[in-house]
Amino acid sequence: MADAPQIPDEAEVRARWGAFAWSDESREKRNAILARYPAGREQSASIPLLDLAQRQVGAETQTQGWLPVPVIEYVAREIGVPYMRVYEVATFYTMFNLAPVGRYHVQVCGTTPCMLRGSDDVLAACKNKGLVKGKTTPDGLFTLTEVECMGNCASAPMVQINDDNFEDLDYDRTVTIIEALARGEQPKAGTQEPGRHTVEPLGGPTSLVAMMSENHDYRPEWGA
Amino acid sequence: MPKLKVDGIEVEVPQGATVLQACEAAGKEIPRFCYHERLSIAGNCRMCLVEVKPGPPKPQASCALPAADNQEVFTTTPMVKNAREGIMEFLLINHPLDCPICDQGGECDLQDQAMAYGRGHSRYDENKRAVTEKYMGPIVKTIMTRCIQCTRCIRFAEEVAGVEEIGAIYRGENMQITSYLEEAVTSELSGNVVDLCPVGALTSKPYAFEARPWELRKTLTIDVMDAVGTNIRLDSRGRQVLRCVPRINDDVNEEWAHDKTRHAIDGLVRRRLDRPYVRRGGKLHPATWDEAFEAIVAADHGKVAVVAGDLVDCETMFAAKALATQFGTPVLEGRQTGMDYDTSSLAAVNFNTTIAGIERADAILLVGTNLRWEAPLVNTRIRKAIKRGARVFAIGAETELTYKVTWLGDDLSLLGDLPEAVTEAFGKAERPAVIVGGAAMKGAHGAALGLATSLNLVRDGWNGFNVVHMAAARMGGLMLGYASKGGIADARDAGVTYFLGADEVEFTGFGGFKVYVGHHGDRGAAHADVVLPGASYAEKSGTFVNLEGRVQRGERAVFPPGDAREDWTIFRALSERLGKTLPFDTLEELRAAMALDCPDLAEPGLKTFAWNPPSLGTTAAGRIEGYPIKDFYLTNAICRASPTMQRCSAELVHGEAFAEAAE
Repeated sequence: MADAPQIPDEAEVRARWGAFAWSDESREKRNAILARYPAGREQSASIPLLDLAQRQVGAETQTQGWLPVPVIEYVAREIGVPYMRVYEVATFYTMFNLAPVGRYHVQVCGTTPCMLRGSDDVLAACKNKGLVKGKTTPDGLFTLTEVECMGNCASAPMVQINDDNFEDLDYDRTVTIIEALARGEQPKAGTQEPGRHTVEPLGGPTSLVAMMSENHDYRPEWGA
Repeated sequence: MPKLKVDGIEVEVPQGATVLQACEAAGKEIPRFCYHERLSIAGNCRMCLVEVKPGPPKPQASCALPAADNQEVFTTTPMVKNAREGIMEFLLINHPLDCPICDQGGECDLQDQAMAYGRGHSRYDENKRAVTEKYMGPIVKTIMTRCIQCTRCIRFAEEVAGVEEIGAIYRGENMQITSYLEEAVTSELSGNVVDLCPVGALTSKPYAFEARPWELRKTLTIDVMDAVGTNIRLDSRGRQVLRCVPRINDDVNEEWAHDKTRHAIDGLVRRRLDRPYVRRGGKLHPATWDEAFEAIVAADHGKVAVVAGDLVDCETMFAAKALATQFGTPVLEGRQTGMDYDTSSLAAVNFNTTIAGIERADAILLVGTNLRWEAPLVNTRIRKAIKRGARVFAIGAETELTYKVTWLGDDLSLLGDLPEAVTEAFGKAERPAVIVGGAAMKGAHGAALGLATSLNLVRDGWNGFNVVHMAAARMGGLMLGYASKGGIADARDAGVTYFLGADEVEFTGFGGFKVYVGHHGDRGAAHADVVLPGASYAEKSGTFVNLEGRVQRGERAVFPPGDAREDWTIFRALSERLGKTLPFDTLEELRAAMALDCPDLAEPGLKTFAWNPPSLGTTAAGRIEGYPIKDFYLTNAICRASPTMQRCSAELVHGEAFAEAAE
């Protein structure tokens, strides 16, 4: 419990974010989001609007964004539900940051498949580059978080940085990505394994090979 | 009507009933934590697992499983026993073993069910989770490590209290129940979450470490904090009432009580009158009963008036009336604040739909009432009516009632010229209801009665005209004739005025001799010439009539302090000194005499009054600027003497901050 993010509700947070309002760009998106739900069901828009608000906060602070309490309240007023209900949603999902983060939010998966494939090396690489779990680097660039399964087990280990996944990592590839980001470059997202495109089997397919060139009916072979 | 078998017993349950309810119908006890009859179903504690055929070969949560035809339910099989033991072991993984210092100890669902269904030991060797305490206001104390996340408190706040300020934040093992940003829960019903909490996570802050449940003497009685007549149980030890909890009565309070009912009791031991006082040279001096009575006998009993306060029982009012009548026709009045509405027909000042009946109304018009403060437990019924589809309109100053109301404005002339939306909704309604509050009774009683005809409120089996009273003594007083044509102004020129715990009166106009019979040294005692110490509602057996005309009897929980006596015995003793001895020596004799005077008070139960409203003229003008209750927590002498109520008032009504002291 002690490492759960504490939600700042101090006077300075209120002073800084009390006047939060949609930017023109966000307002358009907000209208599009609300149009998806029938009247009286605005509560369904809690998650997309919180995400939108977090992104706008990120744009305003040149970071990945977070959700100060006044912003959560603003979203709640937007959809006409009690503060508590939106607050519950914001605290439930780990994708919503309850405390400020850096420009790059490095989320390392440490669940079993990634761990077996070497997520410890990824974490070690982060550590050696000065990233500390749960903290932001002094230059405000990186925040490191260890998260649970991100659903990329076929190309483990992986790390999610902002909206991109970086997969098939090892120590050196992780260092390369972090250094590229620190220089302000945008490294290639997705798998880092040369010759691999997505999560296709390494070394070519091993099953359903007859399907590779043309549509093949396997059913007679299965006796179906 | 599904028919099913529970452990071989065939039962038939209503459509939509759950397997858990079917098991109860068959007389089987199903352990549960999250399930509660009056809240929605959550199904998250898993304690109510049973085996059901046909169905998947695993235990099923009976609280969330609809009963169906030909089901076979087993509650005693090894699978069920094993499942319960497993769930209990899981629940106890993070539950601290602090029962010896826990306020819930001895009346704890978790404790009882762990004894009954648990394994008796744990196989968990890791560290337990700890959760920080949350601030929830002056009534609810939290020890959140004990929480088993049944979410009853969240559902209560959302569904019954209508104040969505309690919620669960974070998730999984880190889930925590808290109020929004740990602010005080701004509900006058917040104390109920203490009763709902099946463990000791939410306990009563004023009652913390006061007593153990097994050392308390339990007395069943009636609450006097408002006119709803909440059925309560007073838990006392020695001479002090330590706790007040509601009893279940589906016709009146269901199983809720508001915070004033629960926590004003600490005012019962503060600022009490425990000896008679006599005013000499402009100052009140302690006196003996003899001296006090002599002072009264010396007063001019030419014209006698009796002013009844808000908290007195019918026996007191009857004894005072019986004495006063010996001196000719007395002025009897109970409406302390100067109301003078017509009382020729009691049906015209009664809550005719009944409290339970208002749930069934499908169109409701509130006229000058802040129901949330005037009768919180009627307010929860209106929330239930809205859930069934009722529409609610209101005339008066806008205020937060916890539900959606169409405010029509604060102009009383609207009563004669209702907007089309209202007439349309009432035209279509099968059970329309109007609720008139204290703010409208002054000038718009007649106009509101006019609505009974124009909106067709009274029909076969339904009378939709309701008046909300705020004093526990009001309906009983009106039945005993405590209403004077001109209101309390009629009493001003009396030679002797008896004030029965009347503290809200404007005393300056009373020129004659003032006798105060009451239990608290409040405004009434300060203005009196003689103060006679009486008993509070906890210290006497009394009859009370609630706002719907339900006669209820309460029992004595403790004895009055010091020289104080039960009020009727004071009048019996005084009558002898005045040479007009009253003809009753026991409470039974008094009640028999009272039943002769007012047959409706003879037996407890709901009394119905014939509908023959007076014609009072249907025009009303003026505005409703505010409501009679300015501060919910400080409405009578007991509340004002109660530190808990003072704190609630300061924090919840006046917004003072009470930071928790840092440990």
